[in-house]
Amino acid sequence: MFDAEELRRRVAEALPDSRITIRDMVGDGDHYEMVVVSAAFEGKNTLERHRLVYAPLKGVLGGSLHALALKTLAPSEAA
Amino acid sequence: MDRNVMEEIKNEIAANKIVIYMKGTKEMPRCGFSAAAVEVLRTYGVPFKDINVLEDPEKWQAIKQHSDWPTIPQIYIGGEFVGGSDIVREMHAKGELEPIVRKATGTS
Repeated sequence: MFDAEELRRRVAEALPDSRITIRDMVGDGDHYEMVVVSAAFEGKNTLERHRLVYAPLKGVLGGSLHALALKTLAPSEAA
Repeated sequence: MDRNVMEEIKNEIAANKIVIYMKGTKEMPRCGFSAAAVEVLRTYGVPFKDINVLEDPEKWQAIKQHSDWPTIPQIYIGGEFVGGSDIVREMHAKGELEPIVRKATGTS
């Protein structure tokens, strides 16, 4: 179990400009789908973008946060 | 008992053009994320090596360190870490994965 608000808080702190949408896929607080829109992704490939989002989740993701389906968009792609 | 798991991983990704560290096997994935990544790799019709971390907890820990990546599956192509399930699916959808696969496997 991992709280969705804690997930949001951590990512928002790491990427202050980001727009974050989180969906609990099965309603068990364990499998989230998250879309993050941030200017920090501009000019970065998918791997680099995912590393930016994973950084504040170190020690949590793969542990108490089992599954996170992640989509990362630069503002120009989210229009 | 002087197993060097990091060395085993280095050998695996050097000896195989495409390697997926996953939960379960490519015939029987044990997690939806692993299954989805296998599904993508299958579309290219090239051989790939599957390594089941559920059967090897030591390697499971080591691969997370090796890639500096917290989750499973993890996909290596041509000796390089490409990413996890979301990444290969996204790259596949954008047409970015196939050139990497073709280059690594020498297929077209």
